[in-house]
Amino acid sequence: MSVDILAQPRSRAWLAGANPLAKLGAGLAITLVLLVTIDWASATTALVLECAVLPLAGLGAGMLLRRGWPILFAALVGGYGTALLAPKTGELLLAAGPLVFTTGSVESGVAIALRSLAIALPGVIVLASTDPTDLADALAQKLHLPHRFVLGALAAMRLVGLLVAEWQTLGMARRARGVGGEPGFFSGLKASLGQAMALLVQAIRRASRLAVTMEAKGFGAGPRTWARGSTFSQRDAWVAAAGVVIAATAAVAAVVLGTWNPVLG
Amino acid sequence: MGATAPAGGPGRAAGLGVAPARISAKGWGWQHSGRAAKAVHDLDLEIAPGERVLLLGPSGAGKSTLLHALAGVLGVDEDADEFGSLLIDGAPVAESRGRTGLMQQDPDSQVVLSRIGDDVAFGAENLAVPREEIWRRVPAALEAVGLRLPLDHPSSALSGGQKQRLGLAGMLAMRPGLLLLDEPTANLDPAGVVDVRDAVRNSLDETGATLVVVEHRVSVWLDVVDRIVVLAPEAAGEPGGVLLDGPPAAVLAQAAGMLSAAGVWVPGHVPAVRPRTGFPPHDDSTDLLLAAESLAVSRAKGRRRHPAVPAAVVPSVRISAGRALSVTGPNGAGKSTLALTLAGLLPAAGGRLEALEPLARGAGSAPLKWRGRELISRIGTVFQEPEHQFVTGSVREELLFAPRLLGHGEDGVDGLLERLRLAHVAGANPFTLSGGEKRRLSVATVLAASPQVLVLDEPTFGQDANTWAELASLLTELLDAGTAVVSVTHDATFSQVLGGDRLVLGAPAGGAAPVEARDHDGPADRSADPAVAAPPARAAGKAVRR
Repeated sequence: MSVDILAQPRSRAWLAGANPLAKLGAGLAITLVLLVTIDWASATTALVLECAVLPLAGLGAGMLLRRGWPILFAALVGGYGTALLAPKTGELLLAAGPLVFTTGSVESGVAIALRSLAIALPGVIVLASTDPTDLADALAQKLHLPHRFVLGALAAMRLVGLLVAEWQTLGMARRARGVGGEPGFFSGLKASLGQAMALLVQAIRRASRLAVTMEAKGFGAGPRTWARGSTFSQRDAWVAAAGVVIAATAAVAAVVLGTWNPVLG
Repeated sequence: MGATAPAGGPGRAAGLGVAPARISAKGWGWQHSGRAAKAVHDLDLEIAPGERVLLLGPSGAGKSTLLHALAGVLGVDEDADEFGSLLIDGAPVAESRGRTGLMQQDPDSQVVLSRIGDDVAFGAENLAVPREEIWRRVPAALEAVGLRLPLDHPSSALSGGQKQRLGLAGMLAMRPGLLLLDEPTANLDPAGVVDVRDAVRNSLDETGATLVVVEHRVSVWLDVVDRIVVLAPEAAGEPGGVLLDGPPAAVLAQAAGMLSAAGVWVPGHVPAVRPRTGFPPHDDSTDLLLAAESLAVSRAKGRRRHPAVPAAVVPSVRISAGRALSVTGPNGAGKSTLALTLAGLLPAAGGRLEALEPLARGAGSAPLKWRGRELISRIGTVFQEPEHQFVTGSVREELLFAPRLLGHGEDGVDGLLERLRLAHVAGANPFTLSGGEKRRLSVATVLAASPQVLVLDEPTFGQDANTWAELASLLTELLDAGTAVVSVTHDATFSQVLGGDRLVLGAPAGGAAPVEARDHDGPADRSADPAVAAPPARAAGKAVRR
């Protein structure tokens, strides 16, 4: 049984009914503001407001942790690294050999960690509430990206899910030939590289068969119609406005609290 | 190509009816670049609108090339030479986009989009059919192929036969005047074969479209087609082109022997197989190699708090030297999973699996823990898809791989090449072989390690009659020589030829599948076997899909 990562049941959340482009635009606005400044106030404001939006995307705390733990982990590591390496200003908090933390360096670390989370979270929200087919429809119909490219990518992504099952099968099929299963790091690495190459070969062969199928179905032969329309509605205005409001609030908070810290300048 | 595709003929708006297409080939030929022989040579063929044609011929006769050419998907990224003319309704195929629908062999590459409604709509969208019309056609097309599922049903959750029918529905929504089927049932289980065949017949009855189908198994399509065309390969002294052409009964009466010799499955002809000569004694305790008790199998990795739901639970399996075991049952019953577990490739989800000392020979009683070289000389596994097991760049290297790993000599390799008719392609890349050659090579590579137990997963799927007979003969020889053979198969004739035990896995309903083992060893039992064995499998398959 193959797993199709694109065929998850369509989300019923409020945000899932919005046009993917509106969601992308809102996320972009927030990201731009957070990219311009590194400070804890703007990051915290954005993060809190983003968390308030989570229920609209149908994301609970548990689901968020399951999907987003790598981001959380990366943010914590980034924050720790920054606190360790940032200029040692303010009072000394901890000095243990090479490990030196001061209030200034810890503040930088916290800002970096919060900022990473605040930048990543809109992406998680958009991904969780957006159907890939809807996204492709929007990109091709509203943004007028070339439909050959967009639909080709969509069809190819469907095959990515099949690769997971294929990798498992290949591993067994190659063990049945005696490949792998030998002790040692390098023989293991060699076996994995060989398996990756075999997976690549299978992926290309399947992709070329899929291309024949698509071509036989008249794909790319001229103007086409769209069975699913991509439309903007009132809801998309709300989504875009929310993005702008979150971005603006974060910027204002930083300026008011005096923490605005532009990256360039 | 800039022209808008002509989306359907006069019958387009009314129901599913279409204007059936006329095919006309005059001196048509096709030569792939860098090949000495033409794939198709000097073909003269007229197919009238609405005719239903079964295209036969030996491997290399250019059947697939002709189908792909008619579908307009040849020569896009290939330098190739074309000769003569190939017309659909009097127009070159390149201008006939949308007049044809093509179904390929691999069900997975049949599906383009993730939801079945979107997938059916895809072809019609490409032909610029208006949206309202598309959504009128989609449910009608799904109904015509018997897929009564919600439009947002995930296409990945379909079985192979359902995927093929989904592909057919996508074609029907394009209103093609010509259906082209390239071995559409080769990868399907018997129930899936019948479903696809019936869906095609139903579609043809509704639309009146022309049909050209390529398939080894004549009996599947005999009731559907009204004409058989036999192509001949271009060879020394042979001109190629059409060898025989006429109503099915006449062609089969005239050329049954010739077609059988070319590997075509002619109805009523079972290929001759080397019979088994030795039958091991019923008391198999001395030769027992592998034993399992209450074995639960699953592909999913179980976690401590969420143990994997087993695909099947088998009370007892005993695999003995010189004995065959056929594992049968409907799709999803866990047959392949069981085979992989027995073969030491998957961990058991529960129960006990033990390799006894005659097999283990000091390597330990758990096959899963054996190292690669320990495994291949004890248990050899032939996967359903031969390409998954190719690990080198040439046929000869493939066969040398196991002996080198085991530190054996290279003496047996030439014998295996001859034995499996692979000597002429010894230097070729395994991926460039024909389907039958790939199957024979995948068996040969595993045999090169001389395993005591041979496990095969659907070894006869999609094989022509010649490869089938060679495979069956080779296995009876191995059985007589004392190899244990475990085969997962839907092929009742095949398991009958091998004899031995049969393990029938039940429907995938609950976790614990009911299992019955039937002993049908010896010639006396064999005569009665097909009647007993074949129908239950069929009935079980039906029950699952309802």
